[in-house]
Amino acid sequence: MAKHHISTTINGEPVEFLCNTEQTMLDVLRDELHLTGTKEGCATGDCGACSITVDGRLVCSCLMLGVEAEGHAIQTIEGMADGDQLHPLQQKFLEYAALQCGICTPGFLVASRALLERNPNPTEEEARYWLAGNLCRCTGYDKIIRAVLDTAADMRGAS
Amino acid sequence: MAPDGTPDLKVVGTRPIRPDGVDKVTGRAQFGADFQLPGQLVGKVLRSPHAHARIRSIDTSKAEAIPGVKAVMTAADMPEITSEEAFVGEGPADFKDMSGNTMARDKALYDGHAVAAVAATSAAAADAALAAIEVDYEVLPHVIDVEDAMVEGAPVLHDDMFTSGVDPKPATPSNVAKRMVFELGDVDAAFEKADIVIERKYKTAPVHQGYIEPHACVAQYAADGQVQIYCSSQGQFMVRAYVAKLLGIDISEIRVTPLEIGGGFGGKTLVYLEPLAVVLSRKSGRPVKMAMTREEVFRGSGPTSGGTVWVKIGAKRDGTIVAGDAVLKFQAGAYAGSPVGPGCMTAFAVYDLQDVRITGYDVVTNRPKVAAYRAPGAPISNFGVESAVDELARELDMDPVELRLKNAAKKGTKAAYGPTFGDIGCVETLEAVKNHPNYNVPLGPNQGRGVAAGFWFNIGGESSATVNINEDGTAVVATGNPDIGGSRASMAMMAAEVLGIDVERVRPIVADTSSVGYCFLTGGSRVTFATGMAVVEASKSAVNELKARAAKTWDIPVDAVEWEDGRAVPAGSNAGDFEPLSLEDLAAKSGRTGGPIAATSSLNAQGAGPGFGTHLVDVEVDRETGHVKVLRYLATQDAGRAIHPSYVEGQIQGGAVQGIGWALNEEYIYDDKGRLENPGFLDYRIPVASDLPMIDTVVVEVPNPRHPYGARGVGEVPIVPPMAAMANAIQDAIGIRMTELPMSPPKVRKAVDEQAAAEE
Amino acid sequence: MARIVLTHSACRQYTGGTAELESDATSIRGLVRDLEARFPGLGRQVEESMAVAIDGVMHQDDLTAPIPEGAEVYLLPRIGGG
Repeated sequence: MAKHHISTTINGEPVEFLCNTEQTMLDVLRDELHLTGTKEGCATGDCGACSITVDGRLVCSCLMLGVEAEGHAIQTIEGMADGDQLHPLQQKFLEYAALQCGICTPGFLVASRALLERNPNPTEEEARYWLAGNLCRCTGYDKIIRAVLDTAADMRGAS
Repeated sequence: MAPDGTPDLKVVGTRPIRPDGVDKVTGRAQFGADFQLPGQLVGKVLRSPHAHARIRSIDTSKAEAIPGVKAVMTAADMPEITSEEAFVGEGPADFKDMSGNTMARDKALYDGHAVAAVAATSAAAADAALAAIEVDYEVLPHVIDVEDAMVEGAPVLHDDMFTSGVDPKPATPSNVAKRMVFELGDVDAAFEKADIVIERKYKTAPVHQGYIEPHACVAQYAADGQVQIYCSSQGQFMVRAYVAKLLGIDISEIRVTPLEIGGGFGGKTLVYLEPLAVVLSRKSGRPVKMAMTREEVFRGSGPTSGGTVWVKIGAKRDGTIVAGDAVLKFQAGAYAGSPVGPGCMTAFAVYDLQDVRITGYDVVTNRPKVAAYRAPGAPISNFGVESAVDELARELDMDPVELRLKNAAKKGTKAAYGPTFGDIGCVETLEAVKNHPNYNVPLGPNQGRGVAAGFWFNIGGESSATVNINEDGTAVVATGNPDIGGSRASMAMMAAEVLGIDVERVRPIVADTSSVGYCFLTGGSRVTFATGMAVVEASKSAVNELKARAAKTWDIPVDAVEWEDGRAVPAGSNAGDFEPLSLEDLAAKSGRTGGPIAATSSLNAQGAGPGFGTHLVDVEVDRETGHVKVLRYLATQDAGRAIHPSYVEGQIQGGAVQGIGWALNEEYIYDDKGRLENPGFLDYRIPVASDLPMIDTVVVEVPNPRHPYGARGVGEVPIVPPMAAMANAIQDAIGIRMTELPMSPPKVRKAVDEQAAAEE
Repeated sequence: MARIVLTHSACRQYTGGTAELESDATSIRGLVRDLEARFPGLGRQVEESMAVAIDGVMHQDDLTAPIPEGAEVYLLPRIGGG
């Protein structure tokens, strides 16, 4: 069967790709576009390592088909920093040692940014429930939650 | 020097940003599945759908005929290996078994056991090939539970397994691979002296390490026999050694390049895919990439044992514990080699106890072969012993921390596994709990507080490091241990401390097997200790060379040169009056004073400092649903010396939370055919952010005299105490002693109902 | 002379159950040789799979470690880890 030709926007740039009907967005990002910052931990929507945003909405890219990207704006971890200027969440994750192995980190950062875009002043409980779809096996979440809450405070102060 | 005599440290103990951090927050870091080679094929594994089955035949001809399929392999493509022991993560294992676990030869021994593999030009072709392989199975009776497997008449997995350690040697095969006994003093006489005896049996469920990154590798077998492997593992040298052994290839022909590792916790201390990818590459002439799905990780890679723990402890009325006896039965999965040995030795190690006996059984069942998991074996026996000690405290009406303080091991105590302890911090961690505000927070209805203490040996072992001084005065530190939780940061910090330069000027790398000396794997909490020692030694050699260059420059003897704050200075006024030479000055001129400055160190570190930790948890139990909510959690631990305190705290927090999952939710659920029913993160539920409070930590520092900065391993101790601490808190909350893990809502609810029925 | 303590059945099976011995060995290598000579199989067992704690300090696999006069030596199974 012929592949589909898809036109989309990824991290602000127009992108075209070919994909099979059954290919997930995660597979397209990793295998076709070589954007391997988006990780596969389960491919069943349970771990959040493949988190991206589609028109600002947080989704697991393993639960989305590549063809569904047509005409939408995708953001991945590769688009989070502005050149060599890290996003405040990225900087704060480093300062708080909020990562150990780092495999879940892109997903957490994408999900955390989506949280702060909706809710610039989350409580600890709100942050914990928003990030409950992202699994981390190394940190016990403590330093991740602290980094997110402190970033939110900084960004509120800066705006 | 500080007034107390400890060296005045500038870098060790600070919290710099980790050197690999930016790559990991921007998505640039390359993990196992992120790497690719041009022309690579997709490799996939066919796994047994049966818990126990004889493989009568495998017909791969239809699979081979599918367009795009370039290679199909079975165990027949691997050398048949005779028994030979190797020391892997959990302890000794057998290469014959390791080969059999990599790919089943005559029998499939668990649901998920690899039986064949394919390599094809696309995932779709590979899937079609797997579906076209015809395996003729003779399904055999199976056994999942450890005690069922020990019963006479149980289905026997290996007809050449005769229990070792029993006299006389059994005449019939069984599933009990080994029986072992540890004994100190006279246990039976000691129980005679006890006023109170607590005796109970506990049970734990097998749990998976649950690393978020599935196993993945790329292998290339070249026409001249050279093998390149790119993979994420807990040891590139481990991968090299095992692939060499399993496939009969010379070590010098294999080069393993480590990729970033997305969690391991012991589960990546052995090989699954790598030998298969090498064989498929050899057969196809193309590079082969293989990655497990999450389902394959659960069905085909090692969890740790589940087991039963029978405990008997005796104490005097004043709280002095006088005797301990335990029987541990651990399931090893399909091949012998559970961590029951360390389970035995750690069981009573928190206590000053002279009369101890522990009997252990290593038992095979139709489950995946266990792999190491953080402090292998210790959490299981600790759950039993620390639950029993809590029951003792209740019986004595003594505060559980005071009871532990009264009996705690300290310097000079004979460990309950034999040797006399040197400098240890068991008492300090108990006192840190007592002095923490969490200890006195008032509790509400259905809320309870639990405490437990734990121990792990920590290990040292073989490590190498190379320090290269660059011509601009920066340095590269190469070691051979995958960085699983921030170890590159601590390597750079220790090198910077010795060299006397900013840590930002040291670039630490994890080198491939052909570029640095041998390092034993990342495990046993050994890297900061042992590989750290190699880094310190290599850095000291580099400093000696730098001093020699300064001596040459000044024309004075080398012993008249001292190294201070990254500069060579004359040792006192007699040495002469020279302007200091910085590392930068010396590096810039190194070519003209004798050549490049580089130093290596290879050593076998002994004397790892034992680790202790005490955890305190508050829970609230919902009697309606059986749900246990963690309200507060405190983990205290002796780190010897925290090189990078943030990553020490991170190890403690992460280990504690894995323990909370072990305590409350995690288990393997099998159907009556022995098939795993919950091979995914939806149904095998590891803790998520909303399940937890902040994890408070107190790091106490009782320096390990065998390490240049006093470091001891920290990664494993924190998973030891949580299960008992949680059970003790649940008992405190609702007056029910939970003896079986996980203490999941259905089990707690059932226990509450039984309690209510008993009271009526 | 050092006091050698065998806590584990894997060692005691070679000594007929004896849990304590004395040895003149001055290194782990020497101890392995001495034990093998006196209890055939025990030296090999120690070399291949036991750790040796000398006055409380664990030596997992180092044959060169010295055994001081009067030392207390425990033979324990070798430890791995996660």
